[in-house]
Order: sequence, then structure tokens, then C-alpha cells
Amino acid sequence: MKTLSTEILVIGGGAAGLSAAAEAASAGAKVMVIESDLHLGGQLVKQTHKFFGSKDEYAGTRGFKIAEILLNEIESCKDNVEIHENTTVTGFYSEDKTFTAMRGEESFFHIQAQKTIVATGAQERLIPFVNNDLPGVYGAGAVQTLMNVYGVIPGKRVLMVGAGNIGLIVSYQLMQAGVEVAAIVEAAPRIGGYWVHAAKVRRMGVPILLGHSIKRAVGDRTITGAYITGLNEKFEPVGEETFVDCDVICIAVGLSPTTEILSQAGCKMMYVPQLCGLVARRDMSMKTSNPDFFTAGDASGIEEASAAMVEGRIAGLSAASSLGYLTEHGKLDEYWSRLQSLRSGEAGARICQGIECVLVNGWEDGRNG
Amino acid sequence: MPDSVGKKDQIYVCRCEEVTLEEIDEWIDKGYDTVEELKRVLRVGMGPCQGRGCQDILMREIAKKTGKHISEVEPATVRPPAKPIKIGLLAEGGEE
Repeated sequence: MKTLSTEILVIGGGAAGLSAAAEAASAGAKVMVIESDLHLGGQLVKQTHKFFGSKDEYAGTRGFKIAEILLNEIESCKDNVEIHENTTVTGFYSEDKTFTAMRGEESFFHIQAQKTIVATGAQERLIPFVNNDLPGVYGAGAVQTLMNVYGVIPGKRVLMVGAGNIGLIVSYQLMQAGVEVAAIVEAAPRIGGYWVHAAKVRRMGVPILLGHSIKRAVGDRTITGAYITGLNEKFEPVGEETFVDCDVICIAVGLSPTTEILSQAGCKMMYVPQLCGLVARRDMSMKTSNPDFFTAGDASGIEEASAAMVEGRIAGLSAASSLGYLTEHGKLDEYWSRLQSLRSGEAGARICQGIECVLVNGWEDGRNG
Repeated sequence: MPDSVGKKDQIYVCRCEEVTLEEIDEWIDKGYDTVEELKRVLRVGMGPCQGRGCQDILMREIAKKTGKHISEVEPATVRPPAKPIKIGLLAEGGEE
């Protein structure tokens, strides 16, 4: 069977993976990026809003523009970067240190790499409710892909479930596309996303119902409405159900890290609620307990794209330096101070708690270094 | 075929294998209160998405019903492939 080989394999060509690839390639390492989607850019290409955060991470620039900046950076060291789009890494077999990969659904081959950066991102979290299998129930990310990548609207009137940044931003984007947003329900007693996003959708007349959730979807073949209900402090339904007229229910209740490859590589994993799921333990260089594997971006804990890009830089830098490539002295410290400043906000405190749980001081088995 | 097929007003936890919350609760009550056991009796998480959509819901439900913290609930063992591969592709022996 065909076996491709590379020095550094980057699995995932989104915010973290592209940053990792650019960093490692600019240090001189040979990098291979595997992206399961048809095009590089990950979630960045769907983000039509301007980013917050810091100037170093392109605050004030729209997400899809940031993807272009990263792609240009990759282009500038293209001799060192091999890109495979429409290709999925389907497994890692530790006994012979080989990955299996599939291009489209037509060809199957092996990959071997000296170091691997897992930047596989996240998957949408769903919640159970009655009739949740009816056509018309979407993840918010799926709605973004439909609208912002393919130019297709999901329906006429949407009930948004979740008032985190994704729920708020997608609500706004739906309205920009001419779709009505009936209401946003949020189980928590407070808005999870930035106030500026919440204020924007409120000004456009969309009610944000805190302490509320969806109880059941209604419809025969597709969704024709939904019942919502209030929740008590234990998140149990209380009070009467209210009918919401809608043909789409959009679920924006968060993401979970995608970590199959890390588990298969035997990396020590840990369930960290603040990072939204199962993630690999890592040291300051984003190296996992398997010295050949690094983790970055949402795969290492759900956070904003700006942090994912810095983590990608750290992983790329560390992977290159572990192969003997010279990297600028003090760069790791600089990236960590950038991460700290991104995590200095209110939401950042929770992330920092989570990071504290998974971060190790260094790996002791002697194979590291 | 799962009991749920054709029934109305169901809450689906695993869409791939059509496993409902009701069935999961029933089996947890019988003592099958780990992800691995529920997989074996219900095929939950064994469809094309390999549990990406449902494992989190399943783990939360186990935590809720057993009184454990979610971080104490063991996830399923992860085996390749992470995505469905046509058997013909494997049989061909891959790209030359």
C-alpha cells in the first residue's frame, strides 16, 4: 500500500492546524496537512464577523479574512508544506506507528510521521428532547456552513437553543440572511456569549429567554413548531410550556473536542468540564504523554479561535524544535503570554481552571525532550 | 430492530442506531450503567458517527442516574476507523 511520509503531520487544517503548519514550516520542517473538508480553513471560513481578542491574533479582522492570512503564510513556505484536502485520517496503529487515511471515499493509504499535531477541532454537542429526530433540527455550525459556505438558508423561522457566542452570532447571521429568529432560549440564568453580540440581536427584536430550554419539537414530517419551558436552578423544567412557531430548531449548546486519534495514540486523556470534554494531558509545549503527539486548538479544549491559533503556533514550534530545527529563543514564552492575555477575561478564568487540570509540568518517562 | 422504530414522540440519543433515552434509562436501571455495557446491549454509539453525537449525552445520563460526576464516567474505548470506510476499499488493499 502507498505510504506517504513526512516529518510533521498536522491533522486538521483549521485555525490551529494552519497556524501549527505555518510555524513548523517556517522553522524549516517538512509538514503535511491533512484536511477532511474540501478546503482548508476550518471554522474560520464561515465566520463573517470581526474577531475580538488581541491585535496579535487579528482582532478586528473578519474570520474568513484571517483564514486568508494564514493560507498566505503557508503559501510563503510552500516548499515545506504538502496539503491533502478532502482527506481524513481514519486511524492510528501504534504497533507500527502508522496512520490510515482516506481521500474522498475512493482511495486509502498509509501515512508515517515523526511528529504529529492533532488539531482536529470539535464536534457539535446536541441535547435530547422529544422529536429531536425530525428534519429541521440543526447544529448551529451546520447552519453556518449551509448559509455562509453554500449560500443556502435553513428555513424561514428559527428557534435558537443556546445564548453562547455561537448561538448569538448565528442568530445575527440568520437575520442578515433574511431568516426570522423567533427566540433564543438559554438554560443558564445568564448569557454565555459577549454582551455586544447579545445586545445586537436584542436590538433587532429577538427575545433572549434565560433559564429556558426546548422541551419538544412538533411536526409530522418536518418541524412546524416547538414547545419551550422554564427551568429551575437544577435545570429541571418548571411552569407551563409555551409554543414557538418555527420550522427550524438550531442547537448551539456547545462543542466537544474531537480526540479519537489522540486516544488511539495512547495519550493520557482526562475529562475536563471547563474544556468541554475529553482532552489530552499536555505540557507547556502542547506535547502529550506520547512524545510524538502534540495537541492544539479545540481538540485540546473548547476555546475561541484566537487561542486555537496561538496553541497551534506553540505545537508547531515545539514539534519542529523536537526534531532539531532551530527556533527563535523566547518564542514559547511569548506565545504563552499571548495566550494568557487572551484568557484574561471573564470566560478565560474558566478556561484557565481547566488548563490547570490538564497541564503537566513535564513528562517523566525520559523519552521526552 | 430497535423497539423505538415507528413510535411517535421519542427522544433519540443515538440517531445512527435509533436508540432512545427511554431505552437507555431502562437499561441503566437494570444495572448496565457504563458506556461499554450500553454499547453492547443497545449498539448505542456504534453507527456511522461512532458516538460523536451521542457519547456525551450518554455519559451525562449515566452520571445523572448513578450520581457520579461526569468526569468519573468512563468513555468508550476508541478504535479505528474513526469514520466509515467502504469494505471494498479495504479489500482492494489500498492505493499502490
